[in-house]
Amino acid sequence: MSTFRRLWRNLTFRFGMIFLVMLTCVALAAPFLGTVDPAVLDYSLINRPAGERVDFALPGGVTVPHTLWMGSDAYGRDIYSRVIYGARISLLVAFFVASVAVIVGVILGVLAGFFRGLDSLIMRTMDALMAFPSILLAIALVAALGATLWTVIVAVAVPEIPRVVRLVRSMVLSLREEPFVEAAIALATPTSTILRKHVMPNAMAPLIVQGTFIAASAVLTEAALSFLGLGLPADIPTWGNIMAEGRVQFSQYPGNVLFPALFLVPTILAINLLGDGMRDVLDPKFSKRTA
Amino acid sequence: MLKYLVQRLVAAVPVLLMVAVLVFLILQLSPGDPAAIIAGDNATDKDLAQIRQSLGLDRSLVAQFGIWAGNVLQGDLGYSFFQRKSVTELIFQRIEPTLSLALGTLALALIVALPLGTIAAWRMGGWLDRALTCFSVAGFAIPVFVVGYILIYFFSVRFELLPIQGYHRLNGWADLWPWASRLILPWLALGMVYVALIARITRASVSEALTEDYVRTARAKGLGESVVLIRHALANAAVPIVTIVGIGVASLISGVVVTETVFAIPGLGSLTVDAVLNRDFPVIQGLVLFFGVSYVAINLIVDLSYLFFDPRIRY
Repeated sequence: MSTFRRLWRNLTFRFGMIFLVMLTCVALAAPFLGTVDPAVLDYSLINRPAGERVDFALPGGVTVPHTLWMGSDAYGRDIYSRVIYGARISLLVAFFVASVAVIVGVILGVLAGFFRGLDSLIMRTMDALMAFPSILLAIALVAALGATLWTVIVAVAVPEIPRVVRLVRSMVLSLREEPFVEAAIALATPTSTILRKHVMPNAMAPLIVQGTFIAASAVLTEAALSFLGLGLPADIPTWGNIMAEGRVQFSQYPGNVLFPALFLVPTILAINLLGDGMRDVLDPKFSKRTA
Repeated sequence: MLKYLVQRLVAAVPVLLMVAVLVFLILQLSPGDPAAIIAGDNATDKDLAQIRQSLGLDRSLVAQFGIWAGNVLQGDLGYSFFQRKSVTELIFQRIEPTLSLALGTLALALIVALPLGTIAAWRMGGWLDRALTCFSVAGFAIPVFVVGYILIYFFSVRFELLPIQGYHRLNGWADLWPWASRLILPWLALGMVYVALIARITRASVSEALTEDYVRTARAKGLGESVVLIRHALANAAVPIVTIVGIGVASLISGVVVTETVFAIPGLGSLTVDAVLNRDFPVIQGLVLFFGVSYVAINLIVDLSYLFFDPRIRY
């Protein structure tokens, strides 16, 4: 049975997968889902209730009939459009943070595991990184690098790197002792070939699982940073930014905070479930290894 | 045991030094110029140079780090660029709300999670066990600021049972209710993840202990089920539980930063956010160092508590 068929039989994997595929379609098709430009302000439509049908004024004097499914915010922007476009940012952040953290983590982990001279330097640096609470470290990095999409991705990825490094290093250390790797070393196989042919295929499943959990935590951390006003610039519609803007008038207009949350929470949940399902199917030893 | 304590303290030094170097570098390499922010829009170049000199910003990076690290060792974390107060003083002013929030959350989480996890392990597969599984999946997916606002919406806006936001200092018994009433929602919001985390590890450890011979022996000699669960199963699950509490401190600190913003609590978290928005370097450095030291210290205490919870461990 193919790996995907085995995964598909797992209910948590299937639920997470279906939700994320749907969300990806929504994010890609955002312009065609009854949205307006999420950045456009219509000052005549400030803090309108959810579900109201209005004529939305676009730049250039064009007015379009439009339904404010989730109401409008304090600047007269359509919250529904901002939430739908916000899905793009969350998915981008999730994908790139996981990729950056896994790639950098694999490089450092392999260096630490295979080249003993670098081990203690790399691992002490990782210990130091782990002493920072993740949001605090990300805040400091964003403050230093300036807030753009790419710096936020780096800032959210850095606190996740030590987890990958530890995982990869421990796998490299145990694989080094395996007879097939010892044989390869005895045959004078180049280190790069040993890594490519023997180490990486064995490390793949736990890395994919770990990467999925990192993606979930990236969505959460990015939202928290934006929510604090320390993440992506306020003009980019992200779920955290929408909530940050809605926060000041929460008691009158709770929708500005609660509607983005209706997307944020299921997204994190779905990625976590995807990870749980993959762990159960691909890598049953995983939970014991990280505990 | 004293030797072990000294060893652990010595081992913590390079980690803390690395923490200090990282924070120092991150913030020094940033593009913002604190002198320009302090001077305001109408400052001349001469004003800027003077401010830079008075703050030591014209010195080399290594010299600045050396001066800062030397002062830190004497308990001097420098002066805030904006508040005309020492960083140490600022931290002490803001520590009470943060401690109230963090310790209260931890206490609440333990009170709820220990019985929950134990009973779930005792009746594994029962309704409470399944509810706990659902709750912990949800607990990890719902960010603390979302929980916070949902709680505010129901308890403060809809039913007006509790004050919305703010903090009341605890100076005497009369302050107890005003203090606690403003903290109940933050405790609940921040506590959710910890209840999930601690209950899950309690369930796993207790269920493992329940399969041991000593539990069968305890039951065989006629002890009541509650005594078996608490004195034999839960007591033997203490070490993993304490470990997870120690590891959880890092996310507790992250959570405190966010929770204080949601509930407008004037603690170390809101101090951090304000300091970053103002590019107040000494305050950021001091706070991150403070949090790093706290994390290392708490985990040292956790390591030492193993001696108490598991007398078989001897260092």
